[in-house]
Amino acid sequence: MPDRYPGYDVLAKRHTPSWNEKTRQVIDERLAVSREPRFLTKAEFETLEAIAARIVPQPSTRPPVPVAALIDDKLLRDRQDGYRFPGMPREREAWQRGLAAIDAEAQASHHRPFHELAADQQDALLRRIEVGESHDSAWDEMPAKTFFKHRLLSDIVMAYWSHPTAWSEIGWGGPASPRGYVRLGYDARDPWEAAENRGDMEAARARNRRVG
Amino acid sequence: MVTVRGINGRAPDVFRPGAWVPMREYSESEPVDFLIIGTGAGGGTLACRLAEAGFSVIGLDAGPWFRPLEDFASDEAEQTKLYWTDDRITAGENPVQLGSNNSGRAVGGSTVHFAMVSLRFRPEWFKSRTWLGYGADWPIDWREMWHYYREVEEALKIAGPLQYPWGPPRPRYPYRAHELNAAALALAEGCEALGISWTETPIATLSAPRGLAPPCVYRGFCVTGCSTNAKQSALVTWIPRAVAAGAEIRDHAMAGRVEVDGNGRVTGVHYHRGGGWHFQKARNVVVAGYAIETPRLLLNSATDRYPAGLANSSGLVGKYFTVQSNQAVWGLSAKEIRAYKAPPSLALTEHWNYDDNKDFFGGYAYMSQGPLPQLWARTQADAHGLWGEALMREMENYNQQVGLKMVGEMMPQEGNRVTLDDATDQYGLRIPKVEYSWCDNDRAMIRHAMGFMRRALEAIDCREIWDQDNDTCHMNGTARMGDDPRTSVVNADCRTWDIPNLWICDGSVFPTVGGVNPSLTIQAIACRTADRIKALAARGEL
Repeated sequence: MPDRYPGYDVLAKRHTPSWNEKTRQVIDERLAVSREPRFLTKAEFETLEAIAARIVPQPSTRPPVPVAALIDDKLLRDRQDGYRFPGMPREREAWQRGLAAIDAEAQASHHRPFHELAADQQDALLRRIEVGESHDSAWDEMPAKTFFKHRLLSDIVMAYWSHPTAWSEIGWGGPASPRGYVRLGYDARDPWEAAENRGDMEAARARNRRVG
Repeated sequence: MVTVRGINGRAPDVFRPGAWVPMREYSESEPVDFLIIGTGAGGGTLACRLAEAGFSVIGLDAGPWFRPLEDFASDEAEQTKLYWTDDRITAGENPVQLGSNNSGRAVGGSTVHFAMVSLRFRPEWFKSRTWLGYGADWPIDWREMWHYYREVEEALKIAGPLQYPWGPPRPRYPYRAHELNAAALALAEGCEALGISWTETPIATLSAPRGLAPPCVYRGFCVTGCSTNAKQSALVTWIPRAVAAGAEIRDHAMAGRVEVDGNGRVTGVHYHRGGGWHFQKARNVVVAGYAIETPRLLLNSATDRYPAGLANSSGLVGKYFTVQSNQAVWGLSAKEIRAYKAPPSLALTEHWNYDDNKDFFGGYAYMSQGPLPQLWARTQADAHGLWGEALMREMENYNQQVGLKMVGEMMPQEGNRVTLDDATDQYGLRIPKVEYSWCDNDRAMIRHAMGFMRRALEAIDCREIWDQDNDTCHMNGTARMGDDPRTSVVNADCRTWDIPNLWICDGSVFPTVGGVNPSLTIQAIACRTADRIKALAARGEL
């Protein structure tokens, strides 16, 4: 992954007027999320971690965003989306059933649990589920395609981009309350925004060091 | 965690952390003049106007009563607390995604997180059947609405242009238009290249100080809740006025059933609050829960006398559920856009709302966009179909992306509807099932809009342009108003035909939805309803 916003870290603004007290509180809680599963079983959690590693692959050069832990936390708190498609159970049951079915698919086709498969095998299996070509009895009436798009994909992506590490990498300004922004036009950057590396990595890094 | 705040004679002061203001309290056993269920654009506005007219008013809201300055984080995930996320089934050929942008669960309703776009209907839309050949006529004259639009624009100090390019002349907006962000500049350039008009969006966030509310600081979290109070939501406008005028607002109060007596008049509402069920007596009940919860409550209030639910002799409660198409076209600019800054839709064009040389009915506006990272990533996954390395690479282009998004008039269809599912929620109430399918006209409009918006992005040299074909917004039409009790649920005054002291005042009453965001119209209807109630009361006709 190219370092597009070298050295930029939204957390550097934690004590600036860009973060109000409520924001500090909720981000602190998120960063402190338990790395051990509290709702899912250890086996389910391993499967989920392996799936998340394919949906949002992360560089090994920095501490990972704990995607599976954030989803486990959501399930523990029983946070709902507010809608389900016909045939879809509520969030907790959908994940339990879906993880069981994905592992059953892995066993059926490779005689190994999903998390022990090679990356290309995992991708191929996920793609089959994405297009609805997965019919293991463990799905138990739950439409695999709907589960993939509206539960698996959505929850993993939302968990990853709820994390400051993910925000920094795409150069987002991050929390901005009460201080918002002053420069709004094209190619206009406030000094507390990410500086993009446009050919001079060190210049961008120097600007990002001053973000605060 | 449930913290009831509107109780014991006081209400949270939304302008000061930790502070309170006095609030009148009514007894449950003494009937109030008006018991309003829901405190959003419809119910909040009506509560204010009726209380100011001297009626005794209680507003119930299922959600919390926030103080934005201390309760709102700059964080998408945390702010999902503003959404209605109780269990619902969504079905049909084109199921509507619920639970986020089109829902609200707070005092102030979904205005707490709306995008603040405050547009008037095109006058012809109030008689679209007669003048334009589709949909259904409203029983209200557009000139009367023009008067109420002005009242709401003044009440919210809408920031907008000096001259609005489309429709009959309207006065200058109360506050000056906001500076355009890059996303809005891109919309403007695209329109100019294609030879159509655009304008600064009339918008309900302050461009100058107003009382205790400061002007907008362009933090860009508008659709997840404004933590500075620049946004002129019902929470910081109509509700404080209502409380000051003697209304009582009860937060965390979920209505379960409207009670009807043997004479066919409503007597009050059963509601859940603080761990138990209560009954509040009322001389009039107003249902203002928006286009899903309103029909759900009426259907869940069925009795032996009204087995199909209240106010449903027409059979139309829950029918003609109508959303707006919200498709978008996205591309990458060579310039840095950083669309996360400032309100997301600072510029728009209503060109295709006012041009009738099209091969489909209805119209659409389109607006500039500014999705925050979670929403943007989900859009890339859900609508663009990306995951894995492809998703990670695309997300890196976040600061260069430009989007144009339509708000399009879908056709009212009887088969699109809200019914009750057999499953029940945490209160033991049957949950709603929402069914939605597009018609050929809807598809033709979406095709037209996507094609035109693509040209607009091409005209400003965007690359990697792609279509987001799956989104909808705003919900209306499940208790439509009309002139005929056989084909409508309420009359022009939002009074149900069947039960004279039962009223409905929210987006449910829209017979058609137009091609603009509905909040200004909902508030204008509420103001009109309040004036009509005053007039009817003066004549002894309540």
